[in-house]
Amino acid sequence: MDSSEAVYKGLKKAGVNFVVSLPCVNLGKIMEMVDCDPDIIHIPVTREEEGFGICAGAYMGGKKTAILMQNSGLGNSVNVLASLYKLYQLPLLMVMSHRGTKGEFMSAQIPMGEATPGVLDALEIAYFLPKTPEDACKILSGAWLLSEMGGSPVAMLLEIEYW
Amino acid sequence: MKRINALKLIAAQFEDELVICNIGFPSRELYAVKDSVNHFYMLGSMGMASSIGLGLALAQKRKVVALDGDGSLLMNLGSLVTIYNQKPENFILVVLDNECYGSTGSQCTYATTVDLSRLAAAVGFKNIFKFTDPEKKLDLKTVLEVEGPVFIHVKVEAGNADVPVIDMEPEEIKERFMVGLK
Ligand SMILES: Cc1ncc(C[n+]2csc(CCOP(=O)(O)OP(=O)(O)O)c2C)c(N)n1
Ligand SMILES: [Mg+2]
Repeated sequence: MDSSEAVYKGLKKAGVNFVVSLPCVNLGKIMEMVDCDPDIIHIPVTREEEGFGICAGAYMGGKKTAILMQNSGLGNSVNVLASLYKLYQLPLLMVMSHRGTKGEFMSAQIPMGEATPGVLDALEIAYFLPKTPEDACKILSGAWLLSEMGGSPVAMLLEIEYW
Repeated sequence: MKRINALKLIAAQFEDELVICNIGFPSRELYAVKDSVNHFYMLGSMGMASSIGLGLALAQKRKVVALDGDGSLLMNLGSLVTIYNQKPENFILVVLDNECYGSTGSQCTYATTVDLSRLAAAVGFKNIFKFTDPEKKLDLKTVLEVEGPVFIHVKVEAGNADVPVIDMEPEEIKERFMVGLK
């Protein structure tokens, strides 16, 4: 299975019908698939933090939500995750391209790449590290239920080697 | 006009609108003057009122009003651009502009020198209403009838009313709001 298609299929199986996004070079194909899907509302955002706010409103309005983001955007969004998502116990699927991992060619990506798991741990956000597209698809299919039952966002870190 | 009076006048004109209210004293004051299952009170995430409101408006058909503050809007200015591009017909963004961070002791914001209505106009908003005259009644009749997205700029005085904190748990605020929406 293609790595991008696996993510898209997993989101579909999970029932996700509302997606916000801010690009990473690795997310381009998924963004296109989501954008072409008439059953998914796709909202490009100007900053990941804003995307989290939009998804919170959409969830309360009845949608199953996901964000497509680069791990850098986690740094832009710590407060909204803590004082909106954790505080009100809101679900969300966070699909994150994890830069600064093995095989990274841009040194600028490394500090935030290394900080990412620790930031998620500090926020008590569970995350998955699928190694294959099959894994990613399978995990995502069940992730919405997990997120909603846990009352917390659930993240998937897609390292450079995943793609 | 004091912010609490503006909130009282605005909330009195709502019937079925869903309201997302900004963090701090704005939520406390709204809760004190009028509580409703249609109200979602923010207790954190400064800057997110307009974004939560936008997501809610895009997700369902009922009319949504976000009650934002000048300082909070300035923290998330990109939101204006996204709202403009998404053009939700059922969305009204109200900015209660006291030119300061009222909830933290009324320190000045840059809304003292930047006109937020003109900013919204520059982004492309077509329906902009500005209420500055404290004597003029805050009549939202036409505002509630025009097609969104609507930007309402309400100039208010600095200062907070002496009202208690909201005695609801965050989860209770969320559950009540979501049950009311079903
Ligand atoms: C990220 C963040 N920074 C600062 C604060 C502290 N804070 C809480 S409310 C507030 C003022 C908000 O100002 P405004 O949106 O203009 O609303 P007002 O209270 O003036 O009505 C500030 C600075 C916070 N809660 N979160
Ligand atoms: Mg203010």
